[in-house]
Amino acid sequence: MLGFKLEMPRREESLQGKTRPIYLDMQATTPVDPRVLDAMLPYMTDQYGNPHSRTHAYGWEAEKAVEDARKHIADLIGADPKDIVFTSGATESNNMALKGVAHFHKERKRHIITTQTEHKCVLDSCRKLQEEGFDVTYLPVQHNGVIRLDELEAAIRPDTAIVSIMAVNNETGVIQPIKEIGDIVRQHRGVYFHTDAAQAAGKIPIDVNEMNVDLMSLSGHKLYGPKGIGACYVRRRPRVRLEPIINGGGQERGLRSGTLATPLVVGMGEAARICKQEMTRDHTWIKHLSDMLVTKINARVEHVVRNGDPNGYPGCVNLSFAYVEGESLLMALKDVALSSGSACTSASLEPSYVLRALGAAEDMAHSSLRFGMGRFTTEAEIDFVVEKIVSVVQRLRDMSPLWEMVQEGIDISTIDWAQH
Amino acid sequence: MLRSALAKTVLNANTRGTRVVVPQVLARGYHEKVISHYEKPRNVGSLPKNAPDVGTGLVGAPACGDVMKLQIRVDENGIISDVKFKTFGCGSAIASSSYMTERVKGLSLEDAEKIKNTEIAKELCLPPVKLHCSMLAEDAIRSAIRDYRKKRTNLSNPKQTGFIDVSQSAATGETVATAHPSSV
Repeated sequence: MLGFKLEMPRREESLQGKTRPIYLDMQATTPVDPRVLDAMLPYMTDQYGNPHSRTHAYGWEAEKAVEDARKHIADLIGADPKDIVFTSGATESNNMALKGVAHFHKERKRHIITTQTEHKCVLDSCRKLQEEGFDVTYLPVQHNGVIRLDELEAAIRPDTAIVSIMAVNNETGVIQPIKEIGDIVRQHRGVYFHTDAAQAAGKIPIDVNEMNVDLMSLSGHKLYGPKGIGACYVRRRPRVRLEPIINGGGQERGLRSGTLATPLVVGMGEAARICKQEMTRDHTWIKHLSDMLVTKINARVEHVVRNGDPNGYPGCVNLSFAYVEGESLLMALKDVALSSGSACTSASLEPSYVLRALGAAEDMAHSSLRFGMGRFTTEAEIDFVVEKIVSVVQRLRDMSPLWEMVQEGIDISTIDWAQH
Repeated sequence: MLRSALAKTVLNANTRGTRVVVPQVLARGYHEKVISHYEKPRNVGSLPKNAPDVGTGLVGAPACGDVMKLQIRVDENGIISDVKFKTFGCGSAIASSSYMTERVKGLSLEDAEKIKNTEIAKELCLPPVKLHCSMLAEDAIRSAIRDYRKKRTNLSNPKQTGFIDVSQSAATGETVATAHPSSV
């Protein structure tokens, strides 16, 4: 006789039983690599010890797994394992780096430099620090999304604490010149260089020593690892001093207290190891898919603008289809999972600030689609998406008054719109 | 006995699970009416702008991501006989303008002016964040009616000869100057 009722968990509201849409939103998150899942599972089933337990085998084996993961992540970025601090994600790492350094040095250093195209967590942390009395310089970007090195040099002041510039932009795929920026910052003693490498790590080669990086944020779920884990590289030679934002038992060198989630840490470590091993193969494949997508779309659809540097990371392609709104495109592409920069797709009804910083015309920001390709994307998926887009764009343009005006030869930028 | 009891509960659980029906709303977060208007929009197209019985309303701005052009053809009894629209905007904006064209066809100008955006929003089950799309559709029909009325007054009040009549179309921004030389 069963003493309890065996209930199968219901998968509500999932796409179970139906064909799943094609996933082309790799910048939002990536699927967990099956090898990563295999590595994680034992630490959820029977090796469930707390890695900080020093007195028994459960703790020792968990600690060993955590240290192995730390080594894999350090190898990915050319660091020493002792420099890696595990956090809950890149958002926490960014917060820790910016607020930690700013608060530690608040007596003598009151200035922070960042760019206008950073991730929201960096911009919001800077805004919070501004409220506390710090000065923040938001560097503008050029039309291709890259910052100007002379502007950066000019912005550094004697009281600058930290320069934070992301390696690869999540919306446009633009790659910033991290090595050159590192060289500039290195010339100014006392200024730290932080880079948000969540989209870059595991995809393009990064070396913290070659690039003179002092702090780096990493995210597990952008490298085919699990969600809920990230890491922060904190240089020890020369030592970066920062104030922890989470206090407790002093784990992770006192910089981030709290029990480590062993399965997630192991997952991230395994994901990093696989990325290092397969980086060239992945990059070649993704570049091939990206070129295929862009050439095919440009050959069959006109008035398409690519936002951001075409020499950026190939796995992130941001295209604006003029005279068609992004959200209506997404509605037609319902078998494809994509993201758009239009206001209608954001919770705040504001179009993408990154595209606006790039100097894109306002209506182009509303017309943008972001294609994110990854390790598991296939050519057939790209072909399907291209076909769908070609058919849908023409249909939507026929419905668009702006397209009609352009066909008649009217210059839309000269019209005085009746704003609502 | 244990096995059969186990099998029975598992079997029951399975049938319970497979009967889950995912309502259309969750598929993309859109109501099926919005999707229907989007897939098969009614009355897409254009009417000749300069025709005397056509009123054109153009509202919105590309910077906001929403532009609607609504054209109505009015017969001599003041009844809207034909409607056409074009929209640059999200699915809800397209559905709102499409539904508006269906709604006003056959109505008099006074009745069409009275249509409120809340009616459109209710019919399409628009979520609160999309209410401005229905607002824009209401603006579009009013703008079209206003344009039509302005055209009628210009035609029915011909001024004395010996002047140049300059008008600018709201739809295209095109300026038209017609000279009426005096017949002296």
